[in-house]
This record gives sequence, C-alpha cells and structure tokens, in this order.
Amino acid sequence: MIHLTINGNPRQFDVERLTVGELVETLGLTGKRLAIERNGEIVPRGHFADAVLNSDDKLEIVGAVGGG
Amino acid sequence: MDTLNIAGKSYNSRLLVGTGKYKDFAQTRAAIDASGAEIITVAIRRTNIGQNAGEPSLLDYLPPEEFTYLPNTAGCYSADDAVRTLRLARELLDGHKLVKLEVLGDPDTLYPNMLETIKAAEILIKDGFDVMVYCSDDPIIAKQLEEMGCAAVMPLASLIGSGMGILNPWNLQIIIENAKIPVLVDAGVGTASDAAIAMELGCQGVLMNTAIAAAKDPVLMAGAMKKAVEAGREAFLAGRMPRKLYSASPSSPTNGLIG
Repeated sequence: MIHLTINGNPRQFDVERLTVGELVETLGLTGKRLAIERNGEIVPRGHFADAVLNSDDKLEIVGAVGGG
Repeated sequence: MDTLNIAGKSYNSRLLVGTGKYKDFAQTRAAIDASGAEIITVAIRRTNIGQNAGEPSLLDYLPPEEFTYLPNTAGCYSADDAVRTLRLARELLDGHKLVKLEVLGDPDTLYPNMLETIKAAEILIKDGFDVMVYCSDDPIIAKQLEEMGCAAVMPLASLIGSGMGILNPWNLQIIIENAKIPVLVDAGVGTASDAAIAMELGCQGVLMNTAIAAAKDPVLMAGAMKKAVEAGREAFLAGRMPRKLYSASPSSPTNGLIG
C-alpha cells in the first residue's frame, strides 16, 4: 500500500510499486498538460516513467487556468 | 514597424490581457480575439483530481502555439511561493521563460509586497527567467527592478480589479522617462480612456483583465481597449500640442470676415 498526499488530499494506492507515470494514468490525467512537484522538487515530464513514488510523498499536480 | 519588444521578441499588439473572470471559455476566446492580444496571462493552480477527465481546459480554447503565455503568480504572498509557482509553470509550458511576477502584500487591496517581489525577482533572473514584474508606482523601485535585470516593469495604475484608472500619472511619467526597459501599466484600468491615457504617457503597453471581463459586454469592451491602446500609442508618437490656458491663434482665418 502506498500513501500519498495529492494536492493536499490523502490518497492510498493498493500496489507495491508506483511511478509518477502510472499515477498520472490511474488518475485519468494522461495526455493532460500538467506539471508535477514531488516533496517540493519538480519531476520533469520526461522522467515520469522512471520516477518511483515512496509512501508519504507529497505531490502537487498543477495546470494552467484563467487568470489576470 | 512600431512593435513592443520584450525579452528579445517583438509583438504587434501592445495590449496584454488576462484570461480570468469570464463566463466561459468561449467568451474568453471571443474577447481575446477582439482584443488582438498576443500575450495572455494565465494562473497556475492545482488540477482537479478525479473530476470529469474529459472536461475542456483553457488550453483547448487558447492553444499555447497561438499565443505567448504569460504565467502569473497571482495569489502568492511570499517570494518562495512565487518562485515555486513559476518553476512549475516553466515545466508546464515546456521550458517557457517569460513570466509575470507578482507578490501580494494584502488580501484586501492586493497591493504588491515589493520586498518579497524583489527577492523573488532576484532568484528568478538567476534561474534564467524573463521577468515582467508587477510593482508599485515607485520610481526608485522601478529603477532597481530594471537594474536587477527584469524584462519589463509593470506598475499599477490603481489597485487590482478596482477599475479606478490612472491615479498617479506623474509617478508613471517619472518611471517611463527613467526606464530603459518597457514600462507597462498593469492593473486598475477601468475603461478605454484609461488605457489611452496610459499609452499617451508613453507606456509601452497595458495589461488588463477585469476591465474587459467585468464589462457588461466583454467582447465589445475588448475591441474598445484594442482601439484605445492603438490610439493612445499613435497620439504619443505624434506628440501632443502644448497645453495653454487660452490661445490667441484661432484655427480659422482672421481675414475675409463678412460685414
């Protein structure tokens, strides 16, 4: 079981191993333009597939919205 | 060709617009088309997780290939939060370097915190960003931001979202006269004449959001702002006649009068 905090909310994933890429897919965000920060460090899009998540990682997943 | 030049790139439009507060994305797009803006600001926010994955996004209506995105740091109250936000924006927009830095000091007035803004600008410039910086209309601060290496300074005309227009044209004029980088008015424009006045003062451009989005007819107002910015720019380039209390020189001939 992997425990993560995603955008401030606790989430659990019943798997042994989870990469950022797999997480994006699981959350239904594949193909969306987004940026991800893990524990304060940006995970470059090119590294999604090999960035393995650890329990208690804190993730921020952001996108562009309307603003002035 | 009279172009707006920022961080090595030329733009035909001197009107920069925000993408917030519209009824829907279709209206956002229509207003931006009517404004003729090439640079549009966006905010960076947490993605909704598990909510309507197929739902359209701002980027579907305003593809980054068609516009120059200017990600902002709206809502940030510290240098650290602003820097963090813009690093995420750079990743989101494939290494895009042009950003709008704003660090707020107070949730009621949204007045900028210039100490934190300067701290953030320093870090961002070192990190390779081209920083367009929202600032108070203090000529000394504006000069310091220029000397640090900011790409443009963007003093407020009046408070964000207030629509009060240009409250201190004299400070703006001092900032413009001393600046070697573009000066744009950001925030406070309420209607077309405000934008024209900013341009007549010699601003290189105007950035606005609420003045268009909160108009009764945003698309019509966007067109008005386009014309105002163009008219103000042309009037500035043309050079206005001097102000006189009265003139003994009428426009019509003084001879050949009847009677």
